[in-house]
Amino acid sequence: MTALRSLSFTAALLVSSLVAGPLSASELNLYTTREAGLIQPLLDKFTEKTGVKVNTVFLKDGLAERVLAEGANSPADLLMTVDVGNLVDLVEQGVTQPTASEALTASIPAQLRDPDGHWYALSLRARALYASKERTDLTSFTYEQLADPAWKGKVCIRSGQHPYNTALIAAMIAKHGEAKTEAWLVGVKENLARKAGGGDRDVARDILGDICDVGLANSYYVGLMRSGKGGAEQEQWVAAIRPILPTFAGGGTHVNISGAAVAKHAPNKDNAVKLLEYLVSDEAQALYAEANYEYPVKPGVAGAELIADLGPLTVDSTPLIEISQHRKAASELVDKVGFDD
Amino acid sequence: MISLKLPTRHDRGHGGWWLLSALAAVLVLAPAAAIAVIAAEGSGDLWPHLARHVLPRALRDTLLLLGGVGALTIVIGVGCAWLVTAYDFPGRRVLAWALLLPLAMPTYIVAFAYLDLLHPIGPIQSAIRALLGFERPRDLAFPDIRSLGGCILLLGLVLFPYVYLPTRAMFSMQAAGLVEASRLLGAGPARLFFRIALPLAWPAIAAGATLALLEALNDIGASEFLGVRTLTRTIYDTWINRSSLSGAAQIALLMVAIVLALILLERWARRHRHYAASSRQARRLMPERLGRATGWLAFALAAVPVLLGFVLPAGYLLAAALRRVGQVGMPPSILMQAGNTVLVAAIATTVATLIAVGVIYAVRLARGPAMAALARCASIGYAIPGTVLAIGLLTPLAEFDNAVDQAVRRYLGLSTGLLLSGSGAALVYAYVARFLAVATGGIEAGFRRIPRSLDDAARTLGVAPLPAIWRVHLPLIKPAIGAAVLLVFVDCMKELPATLLLRPLNFETLATQLYAEAARGTYENGAIAALLIVIVGLPPVMLLARLGLRPAGDRPAASDRG
Repeated sequence: MTALRSLSFTAALLVSSLVAGPLSASELNLYTTREAGLIQPLLDKFTEKTGVKVNTVFLKDGLAERVLAEGANSPADLLMTVDVGNLVDLVEQGVTQPTASEALTASIPAQLRDPDGHWYALSLRARALYASKERTDLTSFTYEQLADPAWKGKVCIRSGQHPYNTALIAAMIAKHGEAKTEAWLVGVKENLARKAGGGDRDVARDILGDICDVGLANSYYVGLMRSGKGGAEQEQWVAAIRPILPTFAGGGTHVNISGAAVAKHAPNKDNAVKLLEYLVSDEAQALYAEANYEYPVKPGVAGAELIADLGPLTVDSTPLIEISQHRKAASELVDKVGFDD
Repeated sequence: MISLKLPTRHDRGHGGWWLLSALAAVLVLAPAAAIAVIAAEGSGDLWPHLARHVLPRALRDTLLLLGGVGALTIVIGVGCAWLVTAYDFPGRRVLAWALLLPLAMPTYIVAFAYLDLLHPIGPIQSAIRALLGFERPRDLAFPDIRSLGGCILLLGLVLFPYVYLPTRAMFSMQAAGLVEASRLLGAGPARLFFRIALPLAWPAIAAGATLALLEALNDIGASEFLGVRTLTRTIYDTWINRSSLSGAAQIALLMVAIVLALILLERWARRHRHYAASSRQARRLMPERLGRATGWLAFALAAVPVLLGFVLPAGYLLAAALRRVGQVGMPPSILMQAGNTVLVAAIATTVATLIAVGVIYAVRLARGPAMAALARCASIGYAIPGTVLAIGLLTPLAEFDNAVDQAVRRYLGLSTGLLLSGSGAALVYAYVARFLAVATGGIEAGFRRIPRSLDDAARTLGVAPLPAIWRVHLPLIKPAIGAAVLLVFVDCMKELPATLLLRPLNFETLATQLYAEAARGTYENGAIAALLIVIVGLPPVMLLARLGLRPAGDRPAASDRG
């Protein structure tokens, strides 16, 4: 039994040394699937302004599952994610609560927030086209054109199952219906120069490496690569491409969002709303855009200097909520046409 | 067939051991049970779609990946083990331990390094083009590493030490007498290897390959980077993109079935393989001196896996990290992250080792199939993908926390909040649940080499079971325990998916930091964290190499059929 005793002693020691202590009231706990480094400068500014300390935990997958399991004792105040689908998932799992705030509704356009106030968009990113400077002379493009046989063997893109692509395919379903979208997806697959995979920056790298001529990738990566934050090689990659904001035929550019929702059992709800309100202030929106090369959600705030050459962004009019309803169908289409094989 | 029988007289007085084994099994089975419950919720109309469009390919790719990685790790691991034990050539001693270095290299890091190294505009292809006078990448196209073949190659290059380590020990300790007798009788090198050494080492090879395959099955980073659609990837897609956790849990159960099949296959491969080793004192195999030319050839052959599985990717990381430190200095929080990593890994390793020794010893005392079955249950955690296991853990942890919270509220009127979930304890639990199998596997092999007659002698002399561990068994199996401890520690250090989901607020380990940098695309910052993971993993791996080379000091006995 001594073995058991020493075991239980170890366990007791463990518990006493590792237990999470209670958190004080002038704090705010942020669960985010956004890399904390991207928003840290903003959080620091917020703390400076309000004296509220922000604790973060950066999660990859399972944000909803974790908050759900924590239940009524969950320390989470604000849940921040990218991709509207994730926000809608949070609402459907019942881990959010509606909030109403004059400042939020005044700053964020109606199609970029939940009608019931469960979630709010904080920034926008466009699904852009990276085109080879050397081997193409494109200046405009439609998403539909990507399936044009003229591009056979010249297209690079990340996995069709990645949320950035499933959201675009879902938007395509909202525009053209499932049958047409399937045909389009088959066409794009026919045009692939390599297996769908890797990351968005690999599109620029592979264009420089002469593997492909065009590809879809998010707009902010252009700024990120140009900034040199990812090292000198990435500056070379991005120098090989001409970024273009494509549109749907007869529509606007496909965007996705980063956004946040107040947690259902938030112990510091007031602070959470405070942070949301700060994040849509002119100052924060400009900072946000400048730091992450994303587009502000607040009309009238200027975007980042480094991606100014993409021109003005015309957001497609399809409501984000409608797009998110087609996500599952989009994911299944990707499987059905074997896009990633 | 497992037949449950009533406790025999052997079991009398072992209540504590039974309890310990049962507790270990419950701890590991709790998340598995939670997953089964989630799976039972049903996933609506998902399965027809999965069965038609997703699973056939995912199954095929998974089986091909496992077959390829299995073959590659066995060829490299066994080949190198035989070279460094049976022959003497320049550089043999260095290679003998250097062949373990790839263990310190997480699969997701090696994929990430090779993607950069082998890209058409990366250093290797650029150099080849410059050498041959080609202008454009398109003029000289190489096969893309982003493929199933590439994935098999990279995983094989970092996972072969799992086979090399136990096989080398077997060749070196067990085969000496037979190999030397065969040499005297004039057996040629090929005959010696295939007819004598290989059959002898087969149990070790099978056990090592099983570990390597489980690692490959659990990998998510490398297969994602290289665009291979395995079952593990399908689990993620189903959970994240189809928002169906129950569907993901169902595929996870399918994966557990594959793992159980693997483990059964391994046991089947080992049956009828009971060699009674010589009862004389174990000797080290005396390696045969090779001539100059053949000696260098042997060196070159054994050096290739070290070079490709460690030197090249580690060198690349070192260069990238140095460049980064030169630009911006050391990231301020990196040492704290390294401290976090080591602390949690060390605590988890201690707990896992204690439980493993207890459970294996309990099986030995009980001598019955019931206890053995319990012990098997305790190692199922290794079979479940890290993220899925972590999700399975969320439920029991939160249940426990909320139960404690309510009880304390009722009787003391204060709230304890979340004791375990969202604290370091959750991480320790996850690591123990995941890597207990690694600990039990190594320690069991050590115990198996101690004759039962020693236990009986100790009992006859009036030594109780617990003191007997200290005085009889531990001195004999120190190397086996040491090896298990180091393997588990390195595994905990590298663990990514469960760490990401379960870690407390404001808590980063090196692996999560690396993931964050990769997610942000600041790869060169990531290189520093990646290099540190490799560096922190090196001392344990070096120790492991020394342990494996020391004679165990025990007398190999006829294998037990208990």
